[in-house]
Amino acid sequence: MKVLVPVKRVIDYNVKVRVKPDQTGVDLANVKMSMNPFDEIATEEAVRLKEKGVATEVVVVSIGPQQAQETIRTALAMGADRGILIVTDQDAEPLAVAKLLKAVIAEESPNLVVMGKQAIDGDNNAVGQMLAALLDWPQATFASKLEVTADKATVTREIDGGLQTLDVSLPAVITADLRLNEPRYASLPNIMKAKKKEIAMKTAADYGVDVSPKLKVLKVTEPPKRSAGIKVADAAELVGKLKSEGVL
Amino acid sequence: MSAFWLSEEQEAIREGVQKVMDGFGDEYWRKTDETGTFPEEFVAEMAAGGWLGVAMPESVGGAGLGLTEASIVMQTVAQSGAAFTGASAIHLNIFGPMPIVKFGTQAQKDAFLPRIIAGEDKMCFAVTEPNSGLDTSSLETRAERTNDGYRINGRKIWTTSAQRANKVLIIARTTPKAEAKKPTEGLSLFYADFDRSAIEAKPIPKMGRKAVECNTLFIDDLHVPADALIGEEGQGFKYLLQGLNPERVLFAVEAIGIGRIAIAKAAQYAKERVVFGRPIGQNQGIQHPLAKAWAELEAANLMAFKAAALYDAGRECGAEANAAKYLGAEAGFRACEASVLAHGGMGYAREYDVERYFREAMIARIAPVSREMILNFVAERVLGLPKSY
Ligand SMILES: Cc1cc2nc3c(=O)[nH]c(=O)nc-3n(C[C@H](O)[C@H](O)[C@H](O)COP(=O)(O)OP(=O)(O)OC[C@H]3O[C@@H](n4cnc5c(N)ncnc54)[C@H](O)[C@@H]3O)c2cc1C
Repeated sequence: MKVLVPVKRVIDYNVKVRVKPDQTGVDLANVKMSMNPFDEIATEEAVRLKEKGVATEVVVVSIGPQQAQETIRTALAMGADRGILIVTDQDAEPLAVAKLLKAVIAEESPNLVVMGKQAIDGDNNAVGQMLAALLDWPQATFASKLEVTADKATVTREIDGGLQTLDVSLPAVITADLRLNEPRYASLPNIMKAKKKEIAMKTAADYGVDVSPKLKVLKVTEPPKRSAGIKVADAAELVGKLKSEGVL
Repeated sequence: MSAFWLSEEQEAIREGVQKVMDGFGDEYWRKTDETGTFPEEFVAEMAAGGWLGVAMPESVGGAGLGLTEASIVMQTVAQSGAAFTGASAIHLNIFGPMPIVKFGTQAQKDAFLPRIIAGEDKMCFAVTEPNSGLDTSSLETRAERTNDGYRINGRKIWTTSAQRANKVLIIARTTPKAEAKKPTEGLSLFYADFDRSAIEAKPIPKMGRKAVECNTLFIDDLHVPADALIGEEGQGFKYLLQGLNPERVLFAVEAIGIGRIAIAKAAQYAKERVVFGRPIGQNQGIQHPLAKAWAELEAANLMAFKAAALYDAGRECGAEANAAKYLGAEAGFRACEASVLAHGGMGYAREYDVERYFREAMIARIAPVSREMILNFVAERVLGLPKSY
């Protein structure tokens, strides 16, 4: 079974994001970039499937700048087998990404796509769903548990108010939620092995997909600053405050 | 000029090690320092991640990388707050076996190195002696030939980790100094089992790094087989010298790592601590010592990574490695001092960790070679002044 894992290079989750002074976007100059954390979880899950003998090959694909090779190498060091980088200089929109992935899938014919539920930069939470729709494949989003057999996947999903368990027939698109697993860190021997693994370099034109933007960003603003809290002396004062603020 | 910043692969190495270190927070190191318990869990994780073999050849299961990468690994460890407790717990695995790599037979390499990389064999390094100190060629431990090997007798001091070690890399005289062609000849290097029936190791109560102990060794008729000898008999001092430059660089980057976390913690504290109605960090009297420490640390770091780059390129690096060790140790120590002072009374409290860094930072100023001997070396070899010792 072949598993495809799309991964995105995003601002590292530890970095405090700054809006550019002209409000056209966020400042990416000299900012640490890393693999989207949900994609790390997806990669981990795919690698575990391989270790269990369910998957035979894990292919990672990224759409992004040249430096996204680094992100792919990270996935290769975690245990993925090979990578594909589709180089674009602009941040492709969800639909363009979904179309590109569809084209990659047409070439690669994976049995399963495991991907992050969303990227922490735009927080769109859209590509997985769009991709499933374009492919007309079943989808199971927000997975917190995944079991895969030859022709079906049993997925536990985190939904409002509880957990839902679904069976989806393969091929299918699964998107990973935070609690699916805890990604490993690459060991030194695996970092060394990853250097020798293949990354195929492509462009959007190779797949005949138009990635020009269809959406227009009007303005990006900082979230409002949280004002400092107040300290209360004891429980009685706390209850009093909560009452006077109308919380209780 | 080679690069001034890390390559992507080097950055991946730093991150890989950092992830290991994330599992061992301040609490962990504070505790090891209180109880004196060796940080086994940390060493096991470093071994499992393959990090101990960073500079060992690929043919024996290492990563085949250079001193630069080894320096990145060790600096990341120290800079995480593990300080010398973490760094010294694995330091010897990283470059200690270099004499075996460079001068051992294939059979010795195959037998010894994979076990060191896997953390299965724990070695200690016995050079310093109570009666000879820095004057290594005057060491008194003797190795005499027997039918099937050598019999070693003598005393060593400061041997790090001898309580835990099952192997010892030891230098001893095989030809008396008076009979050797040169004082530096007639010394031989052995890699042998740490046989506790012949070696008594007594811990030395000391200032810091309690969890990674140092010992006095009393060696009484230690029998080692002939194949414990590394390289040629009588050439041990030369082999030892080969490993000195990398070790100096590692000490430098470790000390710099400690200095970096010390001033990072001080800056954080100085932002939060309010006295006289303002954060103490708003005062230049607090800012400047920390800023100066940063500048000194980063300058020392450039020297250290230059020395590493020279070493990796196979070039002469003695002056740079020595200077880096000197600068790094001094800058690391001064940064820790500035950090303790910036914390005021809290700098003296264990809870804030910086007093531990301060105590441990002293190690790099003394070992493996003192500041004075480094300056002697630079004066003689770089400035061409007469040899003073
Ligand atoms: C924490 C720690 C761990 C250690 N681990 C190990 C280990 O694992 N294995 C090991 O073999 N050793 C180890 N050592 C020993 C260390 O390498 C020695 O302490 C160091 O080399 C200094 O030697 P010494 O203590 O004998 O000092 P000495 O040789 O007695 O020197 C004392 C002082 O005199 C100065 N001095 C001496 N001669 C001159 C001169 N000609 N000119 C100017 N100044 C001079 C020195 O610079 C020094 O300041 C360790 C030491 C410490 C503190």
